[in-house]
Amino acid sequence: MLFQQLINGLTLGSIYALIALGYTLVYGILLLINFAHSEIFMMGAYFGVFSLMIFEKLHIFQGAPFMLVACALAASMICTGLLGVIVEFAAYRPLRNAPRLAPLISAIGVSIFLQNFMMIVVSPESKTFPDTIPLHVYKLGGTASISSLQVIIIVVSVALMAALHLFIKYTKMGKAMRATSQDAETAKLMGINVNMVISLTFFIGAALGGAAGVLNGMYYGSVKYNMGFIPGIKAFTAAVLGGIGDVRGAMIGGFVLGILESLGAGYVSSAYKDVFAFVILILVLVFRPQGLLGRKISNKV
Amino acid sequence: MKGVAPGRRTVIRILTAAAIAAAVLLPQILQRYQQYHLIHVAGLIAIYVLLALGLNVIIGYTGILNLGYAAFYGIGAYTAALLAIHFKISFWLLLPISGLAAAAAGALIGMTTLRLRGDYIAIVTLGFVEIVRLGLNNLDFLTNGPKGLPGIDQTILVPQLTLAGRSLKLDNDISYYYFILLLVLAAIFVLLRLHNSRVGRSWVAIREDESAAEIMGVNTTAMKIQAFATGTFFAGVAGCVYTHWVGFITPELFTFWESVLLVVMIVLGGMGSTAGVLLGALLIVGIPEVLRDVLQQFSGGGASSMKSFYDNLILARMLIFGVIMMVIVIFRPQGIVPPKRPRVSEKKSGSEPAPDGGV
Amino acid sequence: MENKLLETENLTIHFGGVRAVENVSFSVGEKEIVALIGPNGAGKTTVFNLLTGVYQPLSGAIRFKGERVENRKPNTITRMGIARTFQNLRLFQNMTVAENVMVGYTCRMRGGMLVAILRTGPFKKLEAAAEEKAHEWLSFVGLSARANELARNLAYGEQRRLEIARAMATGPNLLLLDEPTAGMNPAESESIMELIRGIRDLGAAVLLIEHDMRVVMGISGRIIVLDYGEKIAEGRPEEIQKNERVIEAYLGKKAAKG
Ligand SMILES: Nc1ncnc2c1ncn2[C@@H]1O[C@H](COP(=O)(O)OP(=O)(O)OP(=O)(O)O)[C@@H](O)[C@H]1O
Ligand SMILES: [Mg+2]
Repeated sequence: MLFQQLINGLTLGSIYALIALGYTLVYGILLLINFAHSEIFMMGAYFGVFSLMIFEKLHIFQGAPFMLVACALAASMICTGLLGVIVEFAAYRPLRNAPRLAPLISAIGVSIFLQNFMMIVVSPESKTFPDTIPLHVYKLGGTASISSLQVIIIVVSVALMAALHLFIKYTKMGKAMRATSQDAETAKLMGINVNMVISLTFFIGAALGGAAGVLNGMYYGSVKYNMGFIPGIKAFTAAVLGGIGDVRGAMIGGFVLGILESLGAGYVSSAYKDVFAFVILILVLVFRPQGLLGRKISNKV
Repeated sequence: MKGVAPGRRTVIRILTAAAIAAAVLLPQILQRYQQYHLIHVAGLIAIYVLLALGLNVIIGYTGILNLGYAAFYGIGAYTAALLAIHFKISFWLLLPISGLAAAAAGALIGMTTLRLRGDYIAIVTLGFVEIVRLGLNNLDFLTNGPKGLPGIDQTILVPQLTLAGRSLKLDNDISYYYFILLLVLAAIFVLLRLHNSRVGRSWVAIREDESAAEIMGVNTTAMKIQAFATGTFFAGVAGCVYTHWVGFITPELFTFWESVLLVVMIVLGGMGSTAGVLLGALLIVGIPEVLRDVLQQFSGGGASSMKSFYDNLILARMLIFGVIMMVIVIFRPQGIVPPKRPRVSEKKSGSEPAPDGGV
Repeated sequence: MENKLLETENLTIHFGGVRAVENVSFSVGEKEIVALIGPNGAGKTTVFNLLTGVYQPLSGAIRFKGERVENRKPNTITRMGIARTFQNLRLFQNMTVAENVMVGYTCRMRGGMLVAILRTGPFKKLEAAAEEKAHEWLSFVGLSARANELARNLAYGEQRRLEIARAMATGPNLLLLDEPTAGMNPAESESIMELIRGIRDLGAAVLLIEHDMRVVMGISGRIIVLDYGEKIAEGRPEEIQKNERVIEAYLGKKAAKG
């Protein structure tokens, strides 16, 4: 049972970690909680469904499930990435110098808009996520098992995180992102196009959130217009757990939260599994807002 | 009330008198034209005005984005319902009790979030409203879970108030409307007095620059907790009234989205502005409800195009609110009716200042 | 200094690797005007932040009127009688000029929400006193005519004056001014100097961070020089002007820059 909960937790955790990266990347640069990120995740799931439907209509990739998933994932990531850039442009950029409450409120506005847009235009009912990968269950000794879906979710997430890590560490744009998040003013003086970096950050963060949406849709087999809210909060919790703004922290926080939640659901009560996450969120924010790994930051006067 | 330029003061007085007169006459007029549903709607709007006024203390005056205000509304409502059902406590006692229960919860949340930055407080309060909702849904033995608490109206005594020989019995929409209106006027009176005093000045100073306010001697800890408690007190009172009036509550009345709706009213009307908040509640709650009624009557059930137009409109309601929130903060951050600061008299001081020294 | 109002002893604070303030000891006497100078990043503002409780020192002591100041909250320290202005203006932008000053007076007012709602006699008296205070200090800094204007609508120089009025309304014995003449022309600087003298004449001591040497030499009785967080010199203006280390650390750097 414990082993099984760990596997489930790892699966959930990799989805949370992917979403958490979006919060953390944006926060690192703009010091802003991207409230609309949970809706980007939801949109990612829908973009996944739509691209699978289109592929089916066009009769492409039909015999090759992995190719199919890879292409749906890529399509969804591009769409959500662009959506992220648009959201930043429309809702955050005009408010760069506004009081702190302002971007938060406009982000909530975006969030409400996207949810209701999908509810009205697509459907208020949940939609089945098309079957793609043939479902195998691999026995792992004892009663524990892992499904082909879980393997894919974990592998894809880890691959994306590794790619992000390499990108930030070794590419020119990645270095520009790091410089901007350290000190935007200096970065500007060094000739970095800060607006460009911000757009790129939103693109990457949103694309990762979109990928998480597709994986989540595959895992649970359905998507719905309001599916983003709860995972969004949990991923935010994960980001805070790891120290918001810290990329490695977000990954670790995601896995920790996923495992804690699975254990809680398995050993305590699954009715309260969402409560655990919220309680953890509040406890961490109140007692260790810098995260479990983060350093304390002092405010400047 | 002190200060406001003399010319404008007259205008404000006239507008206020007109608004009160309209609010008082409204049910009579609606009754005359047999718009009973709209009387109910008017009462509902008044409840939202009360809620929005309370939330305005927290968001508008003090600048703390509380996204969990509906939780305090729910705490008031469930406190009142459970005490009324199990202990048959009178409405008049429950009114302050529910207010204080919500205020205590508010003070607690205020204390836990004291050291947090604004956007973190938003998240904590959001988490809080979800915890309360999940709690109400799952504590079946106490709250009857998602099915809610029905039939409160049958298990409690009808609230009755005798004033100057005339008795007001709270047993229908009209009497509740008048009672809530009374509460709204009392709330405005109290809040304006607080706002135009050192208390309100401290709150607004915190909104403008919290650490500067603290360095200028404002006890930001105490003032923030007081703002939370004051604001949430009104939510508790509103919850108690709603429970007794409608007689049926479920956890789904007190969600994050309900909180967001209240935030939209304040942002739209003008953060920190009483008139703005009134207008915001009127527009956000009133327009969809009135539209529904009007459209239904004019289409007479037959013309289905009007009906479907309305259905779409109701569906699109939240979508439109989302757009409103964005557009307002970007293009008119002060809202429809921007807040006015109290003025001091224009005289020059004759006396020399003297630093009076610390204690 | 027969009568020491403020005394610091080996005041130290570090930020990460930066030794922002290191073993700084100095004192300010009653009704004294003392200047705190030093190159950019020397740690001057940080000293103010330590004195007003924004930061807690890593080690060292601060005594004000004989009482310890460390580990107290900023608002308590303000009540004790230390007030300050900010290097980059920190006014309550959307409040009126008079209200800004009245917020300063808040720490001298008693009574909470209940009296504010009931408008009791003592409450009304205090509110009237606050308004009177606002008028007094606004006329002192020459902003009477703008009392009902929003703070953000003031010109830059006026905003600096308003910060001084707001700080004075807290009723301090010691006023900390962080570059009060920054960005001002000579005539404006001159009038701020008059203002500072006026404050001293009213009985408060002034500790002043300033880059403009005419102002520093013109009004301060004593000068303290910081460099890289350490106190490198202290003395009367004439002494400081001749001090080798100061010229090297401060004027030298400035000359090299210009
Ligand atoms: N909150 C903080 N976190 C990290 N470093 C800080 C902080 N506050 C100040 N410092 C650092 O401490 C040093 C001293 O800064 P401070 O602002 O006190 O200088 P200053 O003498 O006021 O300079 P200026 O003349 O430019 O105002 C600087 O290196 C600054 O970067
Ligand atoms: Mg400085």
